[in-house]
Amino acid sequence: MGSDRKNFDEMLFGNEGVRQPYDNYEKWFCSEDPARLTKKSKEAEAFFRRTGITFNVYGQAAAQERLIPFDLVPRILSSREWTRLSKGIEQRVRAINAFLHDIYNRQEILRAGRVPIELISQNAAFLPQMIGMSPPGDVYTHIVGTDIVRTGEDDFFVLEDNARTPSGVSYMLENRETMLHMFPELFSQIKVQPVSDYPKNLRKSLAACAPHSCEGKPTVAVLTPGIHNSAYFEHSFLADQMGVELVEGHDLRVVDGHIAMRTTQGYKVIDVLYRRVDDEYLDPLNFKPESMLGVPGIMDVYRAGNITIANAPGTGIADDKAIYSYMPDIIEFYTGEKAILKNVETWRCSEPASLQYVLEHLSELVVKEVHGSGGYGMLVGPAASQKELSAFTAKLKSNPGNYIAQPTLSLSTVPIFTKKQLAPRHVDLRPFVLVSPNKVSITPGGLTRVALKAGSLVVNSSQGGGTKDTWVLED
Amino acid sequence: MLGKTAGGLYWMFRFLERGENTARLVEAGFRIALTRSTDSETEWKSVVTTAGVKAGYSAKYETFNAANVVDYLLRDTTNPSSVISVTEKARTNARMVRTALTTEVWESVNENWMTLKSALKKPVKETELPAILGIIRQQSALVRGALHGTMLRNDIFDFAMIGTALERADNTARIIDVKYYTLLPSASFVGSSIDNVQWETVLRSVSAHRAFRWLNESEMTSSTIVEFLILDARFPRSLAFCTKHLVANLGYLAKDYGERLPCHDLADSLQSKLKKNDIGSIFETGLHQFIGDFIRENNAVGAQIELDYRFNG
Repeated sequence: MGSDRKNFDEMLFGNEGVRQPYDNYEKWFCSEDPARLTKKSKEAEAFFRRTGITFNVYGQAAAQERLIPFDLVPRILSSREWTRLSKGIEQRVRAINAFLHDIYNRQEILRAGRVPIELISQNAAFLPQMIGMSPPGDVYTHIVGTDIVRTGEDDFFVLEDNARTPSGVSYMLENRETMLHMFPELFSQIKVQPVSDYPKNLRKSLAACAPHSCEGKPTVAVLTPGIHNSAYFEHSFLADQMGVELVEGHDLRVVDGHIAMRTTQGYKVIDVLYRRVDDEYLDPLNFKPESMLGVPGIMDVYRAGNITIANAPGTGIADDKAIYSYMPDIIEFYTGEKAILKNVETWRCSEPASLQYVLEHLSELVVKEVHGSGGYGMLVGPAASQKELSAFTAKLKSNPGNYIAQPTLSLSTVPIFTKKQLAPRHVDLRPFVLVSPNKVSITPGGLTRVALKAGSLVVNSSQGGGTKDTWVLED
Repeated sequence: MLGKTAGGLYWMFRFLERGENTARLVEAGFRIALTRSTDSETEWKSVVTTAGVKAGYSAKYETFNAANVVDYLLRDTTNPSSVISVTEKARTNARMVRTALTTEVWESVNENWMTLKSALKKPVKETELPAILGIIRQQSALVRGALHGTMLRNDIFDFAMIGTALERADNTARIIDVKYYTLLPSASFVGSSIDNVQWETVLRSVSAHRAFRWLNESEMTSSTIVEFLILDARFPRSLAFCTKHLVANLGYLAKDYGERLPCHDLADSLQSKLKKNDIGSIFETGLHQFIGDFIRENNAVGAQIELDYRFNG
């Protein structure tokens, strides 16, 4: 699949040569000895292993740490392409924050009939505990990782919004470090916009969202489920780079109406908690009572305005794939503008006519669970066997509301370096967005994920995908 | 600093120190087995006893021989104190306290783990043992070098040093305790070749043979050895040295935090016992008694530190 279609390759036009953003890189590449590049590629792997940039795969032995394969050919965007992308992302992120504030408060979009009320009221990701409260600065999604795919010169689509807890930013930073380390000469020849300010900006952005109760310099901390979590490397990396404490639930408790961490000198109040623990594990008193990862009572402290939780509880509803299908309306409703970035056409299987269509065209479509992520539980129709198709047909019929379907997009490709030559592979892009009360800032570039198998469209690291450094060129 | 982080650092460095000491014990045992034809069973047994894992070992093996002991102490993952177990635990702790470590320290601990995991993948053949023990020693030197060369001298460093000092004192004390009978001054044995070999083992187990010889030329008596291992604060594995560093680093914490805690008094009293004794009074009390008390009090300091600095709650 895919490989027999005509894909848009971001580096090479069919027979017409190299696309402009790749001009200088291609010249450099052609002057390089392939043997040296092969050697560099091996060096990169040793570098990642030594620095411990690994992730754990759920369902495998706890001690199993894997590397995400890194490809040394950068994915390059021109400054013009980036400007348009970042405008579209900013518009979308502002709309999502307005939407979240609205559905947890006045619910005007529901009253206006632009989004069906059942989609909110019957949604497991809608948190009644958030009704009627506004987080500090009205920011719900402090950190967003919008997934973008491309199908042509000017065709960018948002695939997912990832407003809940986007991961991967540590790879964006480490990929750049690795490239700087391996090919310093490239960066003196080609001017690439830097990404290394991200941790500093993250800390500033989080601190700017401190609650009103905070006097003086806000204390920020990162909350991790612990060293067995698949993204633990990233949690410790970000805490380290920001110069803040990395805490687990058992380090925290409620002290005098605030959340405080147990230090060697007693309990110290935290003002802003960048949590990488899911909503339902956050507070055993308010959500899952058996959770060991959260802090009993944190929701009460939050509602009393004594801590900022980033991202806010209840933002997950914006990641719902059925809500996603309404995003063009949501953007228009709150910003009064047309969406700059396109949505992928989406069939909501909860609607009988759409379900009918999806069942009839299953082998052409991608079907996803509305709450799914990480590439789990999805069906890629064109790649599925007859057996998988009929199994999925049964699932769809028994619980249609749990699924949406989208056309199989002909994703753009960028070459990877394989056995001394370049070979095209499908990619996506996750830029990282920081939101504070007065600013939305987007780091130029993001994480490019790449399917390493020829023709494959699945780029998720848990499913064998790799990553690339992503360059946005200076003007 | 988080209490958990302080605990993670303290244990990380206890584990690293323990791994290195276990390797040293194996090295001494191996040497004795090579240089003496008889009674190596007793020697290996005392190595296992010193490492504090006799119960676990005896549950698995009936006899004490080189192959079994070396395997159990270096690469058996069911032995919580084996080199591979403590190396893995040190690395897990390092991941937990990653934000408190410099890149150099973290990378050296990670590399230590990767290197030893691959070196100890298969049972160690006798011919390979010296090389593998060399690797273990070299890896821990790299970690120590990274720690001393790159870390800020703050509370993080203090907890690392406190863990090292406590563990090392415990190890040296246990070596003396297991061998105390060979170290008792007894006119009839002095100068006999049996004693010489036994003493040599004791000195080698703490890498003290060269230092000792350098200081004492040819004179090797039980009381000079005991004096050296317990009271000579110049030797980095002596009880006096470890305790001095324990007290000093606890002192930096007290100053830094502006607060003296019960663990400071316990450590001071441990040190003053060493200071007010000389080798004569130690033998008078009874070496076994003296060392037994030391081990208990050293452990008590550790337990008090965990409480005072809120490692666990």
